[in-house]
Amino acid sequence: MIKVEGLTKRYARHVAVDHISFEVAKGQIVGFLGPNGAGKTTTMRMLTCFMPPTEGTAEVAGYDVIQNPMEVKRRIGYLPETPPLYPDMEVAEYLDFVSRIKNLPSAGRQARINQVMERCAVADVRNKEIGKLSKGYKQRVGLAQAIIHNPDVLILDEPTSGLDPHQIMETRDLIRELAGDHTIILSTHILPEVEQICERVVIIAKGKLVATDTVANLTTNLRGAETIALEVIGGDEASVRERLDRIAGILKVTTVPTDGRVRFTIDADKEKNVRPEIARAIIGSGWELHELHGVSMSLENIFLELTSNKEAA
Amino acid sequence: MNAFTIAKKELNLYFRSPIAYGIMGFFALVTGFFFYSAVGFFLQRSMQMAQMGQSTPMNVDEWVVRNVLSNISVVGLFLIPMMTMRSFAEEKRTGTIELLITSPLRDSEIIIGKWLGALVMYATLLGLTAVNMVTLYAYGTPDWRPMVVGYLGLLLQGGALLAIGILISSTTRNQIVAGVAGFCVCLLLWVLDWVTAFEASTLNKVIAYISVVSHFESFAKGVVDLKDVVYYITMIVLGLFLTARSMDSMRWRA
Repeated sequence: MIKVEGLTKRYARHVAVDHISFEVAKGQIVGFLGPNGAGKTTTMRMLTCFMPPTEGTAEVAGYDVIQNPMEVKRRIGYLPETPPLYPDMEVAEYLDFVSRIKNLPSAGRQARINQVMERCAVADVRNKEIGKLSKGYKQRVGLAQAIIHNPDVLILDEPTSGLDPHQIMETRDLIRELAGDHTIILSTHILPEVEQICERVVIIAKGKLVATDTVANLTTNLRGAETIALEVIGGDEASVRERLDRIAGILKVTTVPTDGRVRFTIDADKEKNVRPEIARAIIGSGWELHELHGVSMSLENIFLELTSNKEAA
Repeated sequence: MNAFTIAKKELNLYFRSPIAYGIMGFFALVTGFFFYSAVGFFLQRSMQMAQMGQSTPMNVDEWVVRNVLSNISVVGLFLIPMMTMRSFAEEKRTGTIELLITSPLRDSEIIIGKWLGALVMYATLLGLTAVNMVTLYAYGTPDWRPMVVGYLGLLLQGGALLAIGILISSTTRNQIVAGVAGFCVCLLLWVLDWVTAFEASTLNKVIAYISVVSHFESFAKGVVDLKDVVYYITMIVLGLFLTARSMDSMRWRA
Protein backbone atom coordinates (compact mmCIF):
# COMPACT_ATOMS: atom_id res chain seq x y z
CA MET A 1 0.00 0.00 0.00
CA ILE A 2 2.84 2.33 0.86
CA LYS A 3 6.25 1.99 -0.68
CA VAL A 4 9.05 4.35 0.28
CA GLU A 5 12.44 4.18 -1.36
CA GLY A 6 15.46 6.29 -0.52
CA LEU A 7 13.24 9.11 0.68
CA THR A 8 15.34 12.15 1.57
CA LYS A 9 14.56 15.68 2.68
CA ARG A 10 17.46 18.07 2.69
CA TYR A 11 17.32 21.60 3.99
CA ALA A 12 19.87 24.32 3.51
CA ARG A 13 21.76 23.41 6.66
CA HIS A 14 20.76 19.90 7.62
CA VAL A 15 19.29 16.65 6.41
CA ALA A 16 15.94 15.99 8.07
CA VAL A 17 15.28 12.62 6.48
CA ASP A 18 18.12 10.58 5.10
CA HIS A 19 17.44 7.80 2.59
CA ILE A 20 14.59 6.06 4.34
CA SER A 21 13.06 2.97 2.74
CA PHE A 22 10.21 0.83 4.01
CA GLU A 23 7.00 -0.79 2.87
CA VAL A 24 3.60 -1.10 4.46
CA ALA A 25 1.14 -3.79 3.41
CA LYS A 26 -2.57 -3.20 3.07
CA GLY A 27 -4.50 -3.14 6.34
CA GLN A 28 -1.45 -2.96 8.60
CA ILE A 29 -0.93 -0.57 11.48
CA VAL A 30 2.61 0.69 11.49
CA GLY A 31 4.17 2.65 14.30
CA PHE A 32 6.60 5.33 13.36
CA LEU A 33 8.92 5.56 16.28
CA GLY A 34 11.67 8.00 17.06
CA PRO A 35 12.77 10.70 19.45
CA ASN A 36 11.54 14.24 18.88
CA GLY A 37 13.21 15.75 15.85
CA ALA A 38 14.00 12.38 14.30
CA GLY A 39 12.23 13.22 11.05
CA LYS A 40 8.87 11.54 11.66
CA THR A 41 6.75 14.55 10.79
CA THR A 42 8.87 15.40 7.76
CA THR A 43 8.48 11.86 6.41
CA MET A 44 4.73 12.01 6.95
CA ARG A 45 4.52 15.38 5.26
CA MET A 46 6.25 13.95 2.23
CA LEU A 47 3.87 10.99 2.14
CA THR A 48 0.86 13.31 2.30
CA CYS A 49 2.22 15.53 -0.51
CA PHE A 50 2.49 18.48 1.87
CA MET A 51 6.08 18.89 0.77
CA PRO A 52 8.06 17.23 -2.00
CA PRO A 53 11.04 14.99 -1.19
CA THR A 54 14.50 16.19 -2.21
CA GLU A 55 15.39 12.70 -3.34
CA GLY A 56 13.86 9.26 -3.54
CA THR A 57 10.33 8.13 -4.23
CA ALA A 58 7.24 7.36 -2.24
CA GLU A 59 4.22 5.53 -3.55
CA VAL A 60 0.82 5.51 -1.89
CA ALA A 61 -1.82 3.09 -3.19
CA GLY A 62 0.20 2.73 -6.38
CA TYR A 63 0.50 6.47 -7.08
CA ASP A 64 3.73 8.41 -6.90
CA VAL A 65 3.66 11.47 -4.61
CA ILE A 66 5.43 13.61 -7.19
CA GLN A 67 3.85 12.34 -10.41
CA ASN A 68 0.29 11.99 -9.16
CA PRO A 69 -0.18 14.08 -6.03
CA MET A 70 -3.92 14.54 -6.64
CA GLU A 71 -4.55 10.78 -6.72
CA VAL A 72 -2.45 10.32 -3.58
CA LYS A 73 -4.29 13.11 -1.74
CA ARG A 74 -7.62 11.54 -2.65
CA ARG A 75 -6.57 8.31 -0.95
CA ILE A 76 -4.96 9.71 2.18
CA GLY A 77 -6.44 10.91 5.43
CA TYR A 78 -4.02 12.98 7.45
CA LEU A 79 -4.11 14.13 11.03
CA PRO A 80 -1.19 16.49 11.67
CA GLU A 81 0.28 16.89 15.15
CA THR A 82 -2.01 19.83 15.87
CA PRO A 83 -5.44 18.95 14.43
CA PRO A 84 -6.17 21.33 11.54
CA LEU A 85 -9.35 22.83 12.98
CA TYR A 86 -11.09 26.16 12.50
CA PRO A 87 -11.98 27.20 16.06
CA ASP A 88 -14.82 29.47 14.91
CA MET A 89 -16.66 26.67 13.07
CA GLU A 90 -19.12 24.22 14.54
CA VAL A 91 -18.21 20.54 14.43
CA ALA A 92 -20.80 19.43 11.85
CA GLU A 93 -20.15 22.50 9.75
CA TYR A 94 -16.41 21.86 9.77
CA LEU A 95 -16.87 18.23 8.73
CA ASP A 96 -19.18 19.38 5.94
CA PHE A 97 -16.48 21.75 4.70
CA VAL A 98 -13.84 19.01 4.83
CA SER A 99 -16.11 16.54 3.03
CA ARG A 100 -16.54 19.09 0.23
CA ILE A 101 -12.85 19.78 -0.28
CA LYS A 102 -12.22 16.03 -0.18
CA ASN A 103 -14.64 15.75 -3.12
CA LEU A 104 -17.24 13.62 -1.37
CA PRO A 105 -20.28 13.41 -3.69
CA SER A 106 -23.26 15.38 -2.39
CA ALA A 107 -25.45 12.29 -2.42
CA GLY A 108 -24.96 10.60 0.92
CA ARG A 109 -22.65 13.31 2.26
CA GLN A 110 -24.83 14.13 5.25
CA ALA A 111 -25.23 10.45 6.08
CA ARG A 112 -21.47 9.97 5.95
CA ILE A 113 -20.88 13.00 8.19
CA ASN A 114 -23.34 11.61 10.75
CA GLN A 115 -21.75 8.19 10.55
CA VAL A 116 -18.25 9.56 11.09
CA MET A 117 -19.41 11.72 13.99
CA GLU A 118 -20.91 8.64 15.65
CA ARG A 119 -17.78 6.63 15.04
CA CYS A 120 -15.48 9.26 16.52
CA ALA A 121 -17.90 9.99 19.37
CA VAL A 122 -18.32 13.66 18.58
CA ALA A 123 -22.01 13.54 17.61
CA ASP A 124 -23.04 15.00 20.97
CA VAL A 125 -21.10 18.22 20.27
CA ARG A 126 -22.08 18.54 16.61
CA ASN A 127 -23.43 22.07 17.05
CA LYS A 128 -20.68 23.32 19.33
CA GLU A 129 -17.91 25.66 18.29
CA ILE A 130 -14.69 23.71 17.89
CA GLY A 131 -12.69 26.34 19.79
CA LYS A 132 -14.76 25.64 22.90
CA LEU A 133 -14.20 21.87 22.90
CA SER A 134 -11.81 20.00 25.19
CA LYS A 135 -8.56 18.72 23.80
CA GLY A 136 -9.82 15.14 23.59
CA TYR A 137 -12.84 16.20 21.57
CA LYS A 138 -10.67 18.32 19.29
CA GLN A 139 -8.44 15.33 18.66
CA ARG A 140 -11.45 13.18 17.77
CA VAL A 141 -12.82 15.84 15.46
CA GLY A 142 -9.36 15.80 13.86
CA LEU A 143 -9.65 12.04 13.42
CA ALA A 144 -13.15 12.39 11.99
CA GLN A 145 -11.74 14.87 9.49
CA ALA A 146 -9.07 12.36 8.46
CA ILE A 147 -11.47 9.46 7.83
CA ILE A 148 -14.43 11.34 6.36
CA HIS A 149 -13.64 10.41 2.75
CA ASN A 150 -12.95 6.81 3.72
CA PRO A 151 -9.29 6.92 2.61
CA ASP A 152 -7.22 3.82 1.95
CA VAL A 153 -4.38 5.18 4.03
CA LEU A 154 -4.52 7.03 7.34
CA ILE A 155 -1.52 9.02 8.48
CA LEU A 156 -1.65 10.15 12.09
CA ASP A 157 1.07 12.35 13.54
CA GLU A 158 1.31 11.85 17.31
CA PRO A 159 -2.41 11.20 17.68
CA THR A 160 -2.26 10.95 21.48
CA SER A 161 0.12 13.76 22.36
CA GLY A 162 -1.18 16.22 24.90
CA LEU A 163 -4.18 14.14 25.94
CA ASP A 164 -4.96 12.95 29.46
CA PRO A 165 -4.70 9.20 30.18
CA HIS A 166 -8.41 8.61 29.73
CA GLN A 167 -8.47 10.42 26.38
CA ILE A 168 -5.34 8.54 25.32
CA MET A 169 -7.12 5.23 25.91
CA GLU A 170 -10.17 6.36 23.97
CA THR A 171 -8.07 7.53 21.06
CA ARG A 172 -6.10 4.27 20.99
CA ASP A 173 -9.29 2.25 21.00
CA LEU A 174 -10.63 4.29 18.15
CA ILE A 175 -7.45 3.83 16.11
CA ARG A 176 -7.55 0.10 16.73
CA GLU A 177 -11.15 0.01 15.52
CA LEU A 178 -10.24 1.90 12.37
CA ALA A 179 -7.48 -0.53 11.55
CA GLY A 180 -9.75 -2.97 9.79
CA ASP A 181 -10.69 -0.58 7.02
CA HIS A 182 -7.57 1.47 6.60
CA THR A 183 -3.84 1.08 6.36
CA ILE A 184 -2.52 3.21 9.20
CA ILE A 185 0.80 4.87 9.87
CA LEU A 186 1.03 6.59 13.21
CA SER A 187 3.99 8.36 14.68
CA THR A 188 4.77 8.53 18.32
CA HIS A 189 7.60 8.80 20.79
CA ILE A 190 5.58 6.92 23.38
CA LEU A 191 6.75 3.33 23.25
CA PRO A 192 3.98 1.42 25.03
CA GLU A 193 1.63 2.90 22.48
CA VAL A 194 3.39 1.07 19.70
CA GLU A 195 3.38 -2.15 21.68
CA GLN A 196 -0.33 -1.77 22.24
CA ILE A 197 -1.59 -0.76 18.83
CA CYS A 198 0.92 -1.52 16.12
CA GLU A 199 1.82 -4.67 14.26
CA ARG A 200 5.00 -3.31 12.79
CA VAL A 201 7.48 -0.69 13.86
CA VAL A 202 9.64 1.62 11.83
CA ILE A 203 12.25 3.16 14.08
CA ILE A 204 14.07 6.25 12.94
CA ALA A 205 16.60 8.43 14.67
CA LYS A 206 18.32 11.52 13.35
CA GLY A 207 16.62 11.11 10.00
CA LYS A 208 17.96 7.60 9.43
CA LEU A 209 16.14 4.30 9.47
CA VAL A 210 17.30 2.26 12.47
CA ALA A 211 15.07 -0.80 12.31
CA THR A 212 11.89 -2.02 10.77
CA ASP A 213 10.27 -5.21 11.96
CA THR A 214 7.22 -6.62 13.69
CA VAL A 215 6.83 -5.68 17.32
CA ALA A 216 7.08 -9.34 18.39
CA ASN A 217 10.30 -9.95 16.50
CA LEU A 218 11.92 -6.86 17.85
CA THR A 219 11.18 -7.75 21.45
CA THR A 220 12.37 -11.35 21.23
CA ASN A 221 15.27 -11.38 18.83
CA LEU A 222 17.18 -8.33 19.59
CA ARG A 223 19.20 -9.42 22.51
CA GLY A 224 20.57 -12.79 23.60
CA ALA A 225 20.17 -11.78 27.24
CA GLU A 226 17.22 -11.87 29.60
CA THR A 227 16.70 -9.57 32.52
CA ILE A 228 15.73 -10.84 35.97
CA ALA A 229 14.61 -8.89 39.01
CA LEU A 230 15.61 -10.26 42.42
CA GLU A 231 14.84 -9.22 45.98
CA VAL A 232 16.47 -10.80 48.97
CA ILE A 233 15.82 -10.35 52.69
CA GLY A 234 18.29 -11.28 55.36
CA GLY A 235 21.56 -10.93 53.51
CA ASP A 236 23.77 -7.92 53.04
CA GLU A 237 24.41 -6.68 49.58
CA ALA A 238 28.06 -7.65 49.24
CA SER A 239 27.63 -11.28 50.27
CA VAL A 240 24.58 -11.82 48.05
CA ARG A 241 26.48 -10.31 45.18
CA GLU A 242 29.46 -12.50 45.88
CA ARG A 243 27.21 -15.60 45.93
CA LEU A 244 25.47 -14.62 42.67
CA ASP A 245 28.78 -14.12 40.90
CA ARG A 246 29.52 -17.81 41.33
CA ILE A 247 26.49 -18.85 39.24
CA ALA A 248 27.35 -19.67 35.65
CA GLY A 249 25.42 -17.75 33.01
CA ILE A 250 25.01 -14.53 34.94
CA LEU A 251 26.48 -11.71 32.93
CA LYS A 252 25.93 -8.65 35.03
CA VAL A 253 24.48 -7.84 38.43
CA THR A 254 23.30 -4.34 39.23
CA THR A 255 22.08 -3.20 42.62
CA VAL A 256 18.79 -1.37 42.66
CA PRO A 257 18.89 1.15 45.49
CA THR A 258 16.00 0.57 47.94
CA ASP A 259 15.94 1.35 51.63
CA GLY A 260 16.23 -1.64 53.92
CA ARG A 261 15.97 -4.32 51.23
CA VAL A 262 18.44 -5.77 48.82
CA ARG A 263 17.31 -5.66 45.22
CA PHE A 264 19.17 -6.54 42.08
CA THR A 265 18.68 -6.50 38.39
CA ILE A 266 20.46 -9.37 36.74
CA ASP A 267 21.37 -9.76 33.11
CA ALA A 268 21.71 -13.43 32.31
CA ASP A 269 22.37 -15.65 29.31
CA LYS A 270 19.06 -16.58 27.78
CA GLU A 271 20.22 -20.07 26.79
CA LYS A 272 20.98 -21.14 30.35
CA ASN A 273 17.92 -21.11 32.56
CA VAL A 274 19.49 -19.48 35.60
CA ARG A 275 16.41 -18.74 37.67
CA PRO A 276 16.15 -22.09 39.54
CA GLU A 277 19.87 -21.87 40.19
CA ILE A 278 19.52 -18.41 41.72
CA ALA A 279 16.61 -19.58 43.89
CA ARG A 280 18.60 -22.53 45.21
CA ALA A 281 21.62 -20.36 45.94
CA ILE A 282 19.64 -17.81 47.94
CA ILE A 283 17.70 -20.36 49.98
CA GLY A 284 20.83 -22.46 50.48
CA SER A 285 22.64 -19.49 51.99
CA GLY A 286 19.88 -19.10 54.58
CA TRP A 287 18.44 -15.89 53.18
CA GLU A 288 14.83 -15.30 52.28
CA LEU A 289 13.90 -15.11 48.65
CA HIS A 290 11.36 -12.35 48.45
CA GLU A 291 10.99 -11.83 44.75
CA LEU A 292 12.33 -13.42 41.60
CA HIS A 293 10.90 -12.80 38.18
CA GLY A 294 11.84 -12.20 34.61
CA VAL A 295 11.59 -8.70 33.26
CA SER A 296 10.49 -8.81 29.66
CA MET A 297 12.62 -6.72 27.42
CA SER A 298 10.47 -3.69 26.75
CA LEU A 299 10.40 -1.88 23.50
CA GLU A 300 11.73 1.03 25.46
CA ASN A 301 15.01 -0.73 26.13
CA ILE A 302 15.25 -1.91 22.56
CA PHE A 303 14.59 1.55 21.37
CA LEU A 304 17.20 3.10 23.61
CA GLU A 305 19.68 0.45 22.62
CA LEU A 306 19.06 0.83 18.90
CA THR A 307 19.13 4.60 18.87
CA SER A 308 22.19 4.87 21.09
CA ASN A 309 24.03 2.16 19.14
CA LYS A 310 23.41 4.14 16.03
CA GLU A 311 24.89 7.14 17.68
CA ALA A 312 28.01 5.25 18.69
CA ALA A 313 28.45 3.89 15.19
CA MET B 1 -15.81 23.88 -8.23
CA ASN B 2 -13.94 23.83 -4.98
CA ALA B 3 -12.90 27.49 -5.16
CA PHE B 4 -16.49 28.30 -4.20
CA THR B 5 -16.29 25.95 -1.21
CA ILE B 6 -13.20 27.82 -0.03
CA ALA B 7 -14.85 31.19 -0.74
CA LYS B 8 -17.88 30.16 1.27
CA LYS B 9 -15.69 29.06 4.15
CA GLU B 10 -13.79 32.36 4.08
CA LEU B 11 -17.01 34.35 4.16
CA ASN B 12 -18.37 32.14 6.88
CA LEU B 13 -15.26 32.77 9.01
CA TYR B 14 -15.43 36.53 8.42
CA PHE B 15 -18.95 36.62 9.79
CA ARG B 16 -18.22 34.22 12.64
CA SER B 17 -15.51 36.44 14.05
CA PRO B 18 -16.02 39.94 15.37
CA ILE B 19 -13.73 41.24 12.61
CA ALA B 20 -16.46 41.49 9.98
CA TYR B 21 -18.82 43.39 12.26
CA GLY B 22 -16.06 45.70 13.45
CA ILE B 23 -15.02 46.52 9.91
CA MET B 24 -18.63 46.92 8.78
CA GLY B 25 -19.44 49.27 11.65
CA PHE B 26 -16.30 51.30 11.10
CA PHE B 27 -16.87 51.47 7.35
CA ALA B 28 -20.52 52.48 7.70
CA LEU B 29 -19.64 55.18 10.21
CA VAL B 30 -16.80 56.70 8.21
CA THR B 31 -18.50 56.60 4.82
CA GLY B 32 -21.71 57.84 6.44
CA PHE B 33 -19.79 60.84 7.74
CA PHE B 34 -18.29 61.47 4.29
CA PHE B 35 -21.74 61.33 2.79
CA TYR B 36 -23.18 63.64 5.42
CA SER B 37 -20.48 66.25 4.94
CA ALA B 38 -20.63 66.00 1.14
CA VAL B 39 -24.38 66.54 1.18
CA GLY B 40 -24.03 69.41 3.67
CA PHE B 41 -21.42 71.06 1.50
CA PHE B 42 -23.60 70.53 -1.56
CA LEU B 43 -26.63 72.13 0.12
CA GLN B 44 -24.64 75.16 1.24
CA ARG B 45 -23.14 75.67 -2.21
CA SER B 46 -26.42 75.24 -4.07
CA MET B 47 -28.03 77.74 -1.69
CA GLN B 48 -25.27 80.23 -2.54
CA MET B 49 -25.70 79.53 -6.25
CA ALA B 50 -29.42 80.17 -6.01
CA GLN B 51 -28.82 83.47 -4.19
CA MET B 52 -26.35 84.54 -6.88
CA GLY B 53 -29.04 83.88 -9.47
CA GLN B 54 -27.54 80.79 -11.09
CA SER B 55 -30.26 79.23 -13.20
CA THR B 56 -28.97 75.65 -13.77
CA PRO B 57 -29.09 73.48 -10.66
CA MET B 58 -25.88 71.86 -9.36
CA ASN B 59 -25.24 68.26 -10.36
CA VAL B 60 -25.61 65.79 -7.48
CA ASP B 61 -23.57 63.17 -9.26
CA GLU B 62 -20.69 65.58 -9.68
CA TRP B 63 -20.81 67.21 -6.25
CA VAL B 64 -21.86 64.38 -3.96
CA VAL B 65 -21.50 60.96 -5.55
CA ARG B 66 -18.07 61.56 -7.05
CA ASN B 67 -16.60 62.89 -3.80
CA VAL B 68 -18.10 60.17 -1.67
CA LEU B 69 -16.90 57.42 -4.00
CA SER B 70 -13.37 58.88 -4.03
CA ASN B 71 -13.39 58.96 -0.24
CA ILE B 72 -14.62 55.37 -0.05
CA SER B 73 -11.79 54.29 -2.32
CA VAL B 74 -9.29 55.78 0.13
CA VAL B 75 -10.96 54.24 3.18
CA GLY B 76 -10.78 50.91 1.35
CA LEU B 77 -7.00 51.24 1.32
CA PHE B 78 -7.02 51.20 5.11
CA LEU B 79 -9.55 48.44 5.53
CA ILE B 80 -8.34 45.90 3.01
CA PRO B 81 -5.14 44.98 4.87
CA MET B 82 -7.34 44.22 7.89
CA MET B 83 -9.47 41.91 5.77
CA THR B 84 -6.60 40.00 4.21
CA MET B 85 -4.07 39.84 7.03
CA ARG B 86 -5.53 36.60 8.35
CA SER B 87 -5.95 34.96 4.96
CA PHE B 88 -2.93 32.67 4.77
CA ALA B 89 -1.04 33.80 7.88
CA GLU B 90 -3.68 32.41 10.23
CA GLU B 91 -3.97 29.12 8.33
CA LYS B 92 -0.22 28.73 8.57
CA ARG B 93 -0.13 29.58 12.25
CA THR B 94 -2.92 27.22 13.28
CA GLY B 95 -1.85 24.45 10.90
CA THR B 96 -5.08 24.34 8.91
CA ILE B 97 -2.97 25.02 5.84
CA GLU B 98 -1.93 21.36 6.14
CA LEU B 99 -5.55 20.33 5.70
CA LEU B 100 -5.94 22.48 2.60
CA ILE B 101 -2.67 21.41 0.99
CA THR B 102 -3.13 17.70 1.68
CA SER B 103 -6.70 17.76 0.33
CA PRO B 104 -7.27 17.14 -3.37
CA LEU B 105 -7.35 20.87 -4.12
CA ARG B 106 -5.33 22.78 -6.65
CA ASP B 107 -3.37 25.73 -5.26
CA SER B 108 -5.29 27.94 -7.68
CA GLU B 109 -8.58 26.80 -6.15
CA ILE B 110 -7.39 27.72 -2.67
CA ILE B 111 -6.07 31.12 -3.75
CA ILE B 112 -8.99 32.12 -5.95
CA GLY B 113 -11.41 30.90 -3.29
CA LYS B 114 -9.76 33.07 -0.65
CA TRP B 115 -9.74 36.07 -2.97
CA LEU B 116 -13.34 35.54 -3.98
CA GLY B 117 -14.48 35.26 -0.36
CA ALA B 118 -12.69 38.51 0.51
CA LEU B 119 -14.14 40.20 -2.56
CA VAL B 120 -17.69 39.28 -1.60
CA MET B 121 -16.99 40.59 1.90
CA TYR B 122 -15.73 43.85 0.39
CA ALA B 123 -18.77 44.03 -1.88
CA THR B 124 -20.93 43.71 1.25
CA LEU B 125 -19.12 46.70 2.73
CA LEU B 126 -19.71 48.69 -0.46
CA GLY B 127 -23.35 47.65 -0.30
CA LEU B 128 -23.57 49.37 3.08
CA THR B 129 -22.45 52.64 1.54
CA ALA B 130 -24.96 52.25 -1.27
CA VAL B 131 -27.70 52.74 1.34
CA ASN B 132 -26.54 56.37 1.61
CA MET B 133 -26.75 56.80 -2.12
CA VAL B 134 -30.29 55.48 -2.21
CA THR B 135 -31.45 58.26 0.15
CA LEU B 136 -30.48 60.77 -2.55
CA TYR B 137 -33.38 59.52 -4.64
CA ALA B 138 -35.82 60.64 -1.95
CA TYR B 139 -34.93 64.26 -2.65
CA GLY B 140 -33.78 64.31 -6.27
CA THR B 141 -33.10 62.33 -9.38
CA PRO B 142 -29.38 61.68 -9.64
CA ASP B 143 -28.21 59.72 -12.66
CA TRP B 144 -27.69 56.08 -11.60
CA ARG B 145 -25.17 55.23 -14.32
CA PRO B 146 -22.13 57.07 -12.91
CA MET B 147 -22.88 55.43 -9.55
CA VAL B 148 -22.83 51.96 -11.04
CA VAL B 149 -19.58 52.72 -12.85
CA GLY B 150 -18.15 54.15 -9.63
CA TYR B 151 -19.01 51.03 -7.67
CA LEU B 152 -17.57 48.86 -10.44
CA GLY B 153 -14.36 50.85 -10.09
CA LEU B 154 -14.37 50.41 -6.31
CA LEU B 155 -14.84 46.68 -6.74
CA LEU B 156 -11.98 46.46 -9.23
CA GLN B 157 -9.71 48.52 -7.01
CA GLY B 158 -10.72 46.41 -4.04
CA GLY B 159 -10.02 43.23 -6.00
CA ALA B 160 -6.52 44.45 -6.85
CA LEU B 161 -5.70 45.44 -3.27
CA LEU B 162 -7.18 42.20 -1.89
CA ALA B 163 -4.95 40.21 -4.23
CA ILE B 164 -1.92 42.14 -2.96
CA GLY B 165 -3.04 41.71 0.65
CA ILE B 166 -3.44 37.96 0.17
CA LEU B 167 0.00 37.77 -1.42
CA ILE B 168 1.52 39.51 1.61
CA SER B 169 -0.40 37.26 4.00
CA SER B 170 1.00 34.18 2.23
CA THR B 171 4.57 35.21 3.03
CA THR B 172 4.23 35.13 6.82
CA ARG B 173 2.59 33.20 9.61
CA ASN B 174 2.09 36.31 11.73
CA GLN B 175 -1.12 38.14 10.90
CA ILE B 176 0.04 41.37 12.54
CA VAL B 177 3.08 41.44 10.27
CA ALA B 178 0.80 40.73 7.30
CA GLY B 179 -1.53 43.53 8.36
CA VAL B 180 1.18 46.14 8.87
CA ALA B 181 3.03 45.22 5.66
CA GLY B 182 -0.24 45.23 3.73
CA PHE B 183 -1.08 48.63 5.14
CA CYS B 184 2.33 50.05 4.12
CA VAL B 185 1.99 48.70 0.58
CA CYS B 186 -1.55 50.05 0.21
CA LEU B 187 -0.43 53.43 1.50
CA LEU B 188 2.47 53.50 -0.96
CA LEU B 189 0.22 52.50 -3.85
CA TRP B 190 -2.01 55.40 -2.91
CA VAL B 191 0.64 58.11 -2.81
CA LEU B 192 2.85 56.92 -5.65
CA ASP B 193 1.25 59.31 -8.11
CA TRP B 194 2.55 62.26 -6.11
CA VAL B 195 5.90 61.84 -7.85
CA THR B 196 4.54 63.54 -10.97
CA ALA B 197 3.65 66.60 -8.91
CA PHE B 198 7.20 67.90 -8.92
CA GLU B 199 8.75 66.32 -12.00
CA ALA B 200 6.95 64.69 -14.90
CA SER B 201 9.85 62.57 -16.18
CA THR B 202 9.16 59.26 -17.90
CA LEU B 203 10.26 57.28 -14.84
CA ASN B 204 7.97 59.26 -12.59
CA LYS B 205 5.10 58.73 -14.99
CA VAL B 206 5.70 55.01 -14.85
CA ILE B 207 5.79 55.11 -11.05
CA ALA B 208 2.60 57.17 -11.00
CA TYR B 209 0.95 54.65 -13.28
CA ILE B 210 1.38 51.99 -10.60
CA SER B 211 -0.61 54.09 -8.13
CA VAL B 212 -3.95 52.47 -7.41
CA VAL B 213 -5.92 55.61 -6.73
CA SER B 214 -5.14 57.52 -9.92
CA HIS B 215 -6.81 54.75 -11.90
CA PHE B 216 -9.97 55.23 -9.92
CA GLU B 217 -10.44 58.87 -10.92
CA SER B 218 -12.11 58.12 -14.22
CA PHE B 219 -14.47 55.60 -12.57
CA ALA B 220 -15.47 58.23 -10.00
CA LYS B 221 -16.44 60.50 -12.87
CA GLY B 222 -18.59 57.74 -14.31
CA VAL B 223 -16.21 56.87 -17.12
CA VAL B 224 -15.09 53.31 -17.83
CA ASP B 225 -11.60 53.72 -19.26
CA LEU B 226 -10.23 50.52 -20.73
CA LYS B 227 -6.68 51.29 -19.61
CA ASP B 228 -7.82 51.52 -16.01
CA VAL B 229 -9.78 48.27 -16.24
CA VAL B 230 -6.69 46.61 -17.73
CA TYR B 231 -4.58 48.04 -14.91
CA TYR B 232 -6.80 46.63 -12.16
CA ILE B 233 -7.19 43.24 -13.81
CA THR B 234 -3.42 43.06 -14.30
CA MET B 235 -2.90 43.80 -10.61
CA ILE B 236 -5.41 41.09 -9.63
CA VAL B 237 -3.85 38.46 -11.87
CA LEU B 238 -0.32 39.40 -10.87
CA GLY B 239 -1.16 39.38 -7.16
CA LEU B 240 -2.84 35.98 -7.32
CA PHE B 241 -0.13 34.53 -9.55
CA LEU B 242 2.60 35.65 -7.14
CA THR B 243 0.58 34.15 -4.27
CA ALA B 244 0.72 30.82 -6.11
CA ARG B 245 4.50 31.17 -6.43
CA SER B 246 4.70 32.03 -2.75
CA MET B 247 2.70 28.91 -1.84
CA ASP B 248 5.01 26.85 -3.96
CA SER B 249 8.11 28.23 -2.29
CA MET B 250 6.56 27.66 1.12
CA ARG B 251 6.11 24.02 0.16
CA TRP B 252 9.77 23.62 -0.75
CA ARG B 253 11.05 25.37 2.33
CA ALA B 254 8.44 24.19 4.82
